[in-house]
Amino acid sequence: MKQVTTEKITEAVRELCIDAANDLPHEVEGLIQQAAKEEESEFGKYSLEKIEKNIKVARDENVPMCQDTGVAVVFVEVGQDVHIVGGALTDAINEGVRQGYTDGYLRKSVVKDPVFERVNTGDNTPALIHTDIVPGDNVKIQILPKGAGSENMGFLKMLKPADGLEGIKGFVVDSLAKAGGNPCPPVIVGVGIGGTMDKSAFLSKKALSRTAGEPHPDPRYRQLEEELLEEINKLGIGPQGFGGKVTALAVHIEAYPTHIATLPVSVNLNCHAARHKEITLTGEGGTINV
Amino acid sequence: MSNVKSITLPLTKEKLKDLKCGDRVSLSGVIYTARDAAHKNIVTDLVEGNEPPISLENQIVYYAGPTPPKPGKVIGSCGPTTSSRMDSYSPRLIEKGLTGMIGKGPRSKEVIDAMVEHSAVYFAAIGGAAALIADSVKSAEVVAYDDLGPEAIRKLEVEDYPCIVAIDSEGNNLYELGVEQYKVVD
Repeated sequence: MKQVTTEKITEAVRELCIDAANDLPHEVEGLIQQAAKEEESEFGKYSLEKIEKNIKVARDENVPMCQDTGVAVVFVEVGQDVHIVGGALTDAINEGVRQGYTDGYLRKSVVKDPVFERVNTGDNTPALIHTDIVPGDNVKIQILPKGAGSENMGFLKMLKPADGLEGIKGFVVDSLAKAGGNPCPPVIVGVGIGGTMDKSAFLSKKALSRTAGEPHPDPRYRQLEEELLEEINKLGIGPQGFGGKVTALAVHIEAYPTHIATLPVSVNLNCHAARHKEITLTGEGGTINV
Repeated sequence: MSNVKSITLPLTKEKLKDLKCGDRVSLSGVIYTARDAAHKNIVTDLVEGNEPPISLENQIVYYAGPTPPKPGKVIGSCGPTTSSRMDSYSPRLIEKGLTGMIGKGPRSKEVIDAMVEHSAVYFAAIGGAAALIADSVKSAEVVAYDDLGPEAIRKLEVEDYPCIVAIDSEGNNLYELGVEQYKVVD
């Protein structure tokens, strides 16, 4: 059986945290450049110009593009034919986050308890880890540093099946209208549809891990993504909420079968600094995909 | 786009009268970082009748929690955070003489009313442009609540800090005016 050491996992997570904070994926940068061409509003154009410049400065100087280097959301896919050796997977990931956020001079933004002890843990742990067991013998690790400005503008609603497509559209567009200039637009919109309440919320986050701008493989959902993007951009919120044509860069939908009586919908937003990095550990080193 | 107005701080009520919604501004002088936890502490002080750790008279608070500085740097990445989280605290600070706030995103009616009543300005910086903004910070020193880490109050000496007057002291609001202009009604 193929083996992956926890040491290797820690090292990979450490690197991913630093790279993610400092080096925006090129496809997100491409969407921002496209937005800059389309935007007509004076302050929208000004904002996008600064945002583009900032991406380059962060990459060149190897510093975080945003001071909110987020909580580390980690999606792990563990092949069922691989053996993880050297300790607990969760500990290895948290150690990687600890090292990455400390050695990379990233901000530590996690408090120990949400209500009774809002004391900074000092090393950005614990990470938010989602583990999935999949066929194969690789370990894929994906990191999304998630800032709170956009996270705070998330919404969930349990729609009725009768609400249908129009209900979904109305809820998503209303959510963006409520978020306004708060989540650092232009945003990427993650939409989770179906499953249960918690599943839809998870899917809306998972949707943000997709390569930015890549359409849904099902043409029906692809069309819904396009229609939602068009409706959202009619809101006029624009870059930074200053007014303009580009409020969202992309809409990503993830769907799952659901109960006959329900239609859960969640909206999770990502700011224009839609950071993510991933690596696949094959047991003999790894390949970084950005 | 209007020419950039250079402002030397402190921001007196006299100076801020000339700042209008949509003006591009370049700030030089001292500003203080304060965000969620620091605001809570300051307002607790004010409610209990204690002096807050910084004087608010003619001062500007910057809603920001920077990343740690790399060796040889005065500060890490240092962009604005979402201002609306400070909305419930801001009117009390404005009543105590605060004349400026720097952040990102819209403000509540209560904050704008306090700004108009007591004369204060809300500046917007570009959220997420934090590496760029760090260049205008010349010195940084923790002056209160060190235990809050990134949320401590830092005294920043800035030079040509770029921002936009998003809401002026008469209540003119770029977030409403701008969006109204670009909203498409079918």
